[in-house]
Amino acid sequence: MFNSTFSWNDLQFMLQGAWVTILLTVVSMIIGTLAGVVCGMARALLPRSTIPLAWLLDVFRSVPLLIQFVLFNALKSIAGLDWSAFAVACVVLGLYVTAYCTEIVRSGVLSVPLSLRRASRSLGLTYWQDLRRIVMPMATRVAFPGWVNLLLSVMKDTALVMWIGIVELLRASQTIVTRIQEPLLVLCIAGLIYYVMSLVIARLGARLETRWQEND
Amino acid sequence: MFDYNFHWRAAFKALPDMLDGAWVTFQTAALSMILGVIIALFLVFMRQGKNPVFRGFAATWISIARNTPSLFQVYILYFGLGSFGLHVSSWVALLAGITLNNAGYLAENFRGGLKAVPDTQLRAARSLGMSAPQAYRLIVIPQLLRIVFYPLTNQMVWAVLMTSMGVIVGLNNDLTGVTQDYNVKTFRTFEFFAIAAVLYYLIAKLIVAVARLLSWRLFRY
Repeated sequence: MFNSTFSWNDLQFMLQGAWVTILLTVVSMIIGTLAGVVCGMARALLPRSTIPLAWLLDVFRSVPLLIQFVLFNALKSIAGLDWSAFAVACVVLGLYVTAYCTEIVRSGVLSVPLSLRRASRSLGLTYWQDLRRIVMPMATRVAFPGWVNLLLSVMKDTALVMWIGIVELLRASQTIVTRIQEPLLVLCIAGLIYYVMSLVIARLGARLETRWQEND
Repeated sequence: MFDYNFHWRAAFKALPDMLDGAWVTFQTAALSMILGVIIALFLVFMRQGKNPVFRGFAATWISIARNTPSLFQVYILYFGLGSFGLHVSSWVALLAGITLNNAGYLAENFRGGLKAVPDTQLRAARSLGMSAPQAYRLIVIPQLLRIVFYPLTNQMVWAVLMTSMGVIVGLNNDLTGVTQDYNVKTFRTFEFFAIAAVLYYLIAKLIVAVARLLSWRLFRY
């Protein structure tokens, strides 16, 4: 029962898959965070005129990610764009992250008391100075735990990209399962890799959070 | 650039079948939510109890459910259980996977909710002569429900979205499965999946609307 044909090369193949997972997560988080900060600030500062934006982003949260991947992949072919599957995955995940990040940033910005902003303005800071030096640092602390949670959930959601043909960790393990026919062992290893990755992110996030709160 | 003719009529002809699929999707999600809530309550009580075995079990369940992809959970139930000679259908694997996931996330929500209900409430109820089940039913649960209601709604929407993963393990009668079936027959990927996306959006919005109505009715006081 305990002899297995799982070899060192298989593990390497899975780690390559894990690398793709990490790469996808990082790229989509960068895209999504940048766009999300812009959209979130806009949502918090101009709540009335950006309501259509909220509707649009709400769509990305109410439609399964799997269907978004398939739709964008089809749309790419229809529009005649010659993008790789990896680029499509990055765009879709980026939009998905944007939708969530917008809400996180918005609630962070709104958590800064208005009286504080009035005080900074009355001390002679301009509108943009106030945003950059008062609102942003305070909002970041509030939004950070939510952002780490988002990072964790995106890392897990990248598993869905296997449907459009990217070999990431789960797809890699499936390939190995098909060859050596030992699903439990291979999947447990894949699960362990996912588990370790999320644990590392969660620990780092918690440590950073406590470090930021030292001066409070 | 757009060298493509959209064929919406074929897609609309499939609409009745897709609506049936949507109903299956909704049922699966609702069932997984009901089971998830029950299991989550057990997990919360196990975690607060004194027995180290139960505590360890609950902690392991919650951390596995929260730290691995839900697709992986469905996968290991569908392919992994075969090693023990248990061959489950894709629907059972999907339902079990989502339930496992829901229970893990809801247990955390319930724990937070229970923390937010002050201990003194329970003690006051007991000192007014209520039995423990009465105190829980009349004092703690109504307050807890108010706190966890919004996360519960969110989790329900998540459950609906998660059912779309069934197609990866070969489920073919839920919304995504039906859509994929038509897609394989006609290769009109965009049209069919666009309609599926609209249906998922409507289901999600419907759940949110019903939850809002319920909360308006339940939490008036």
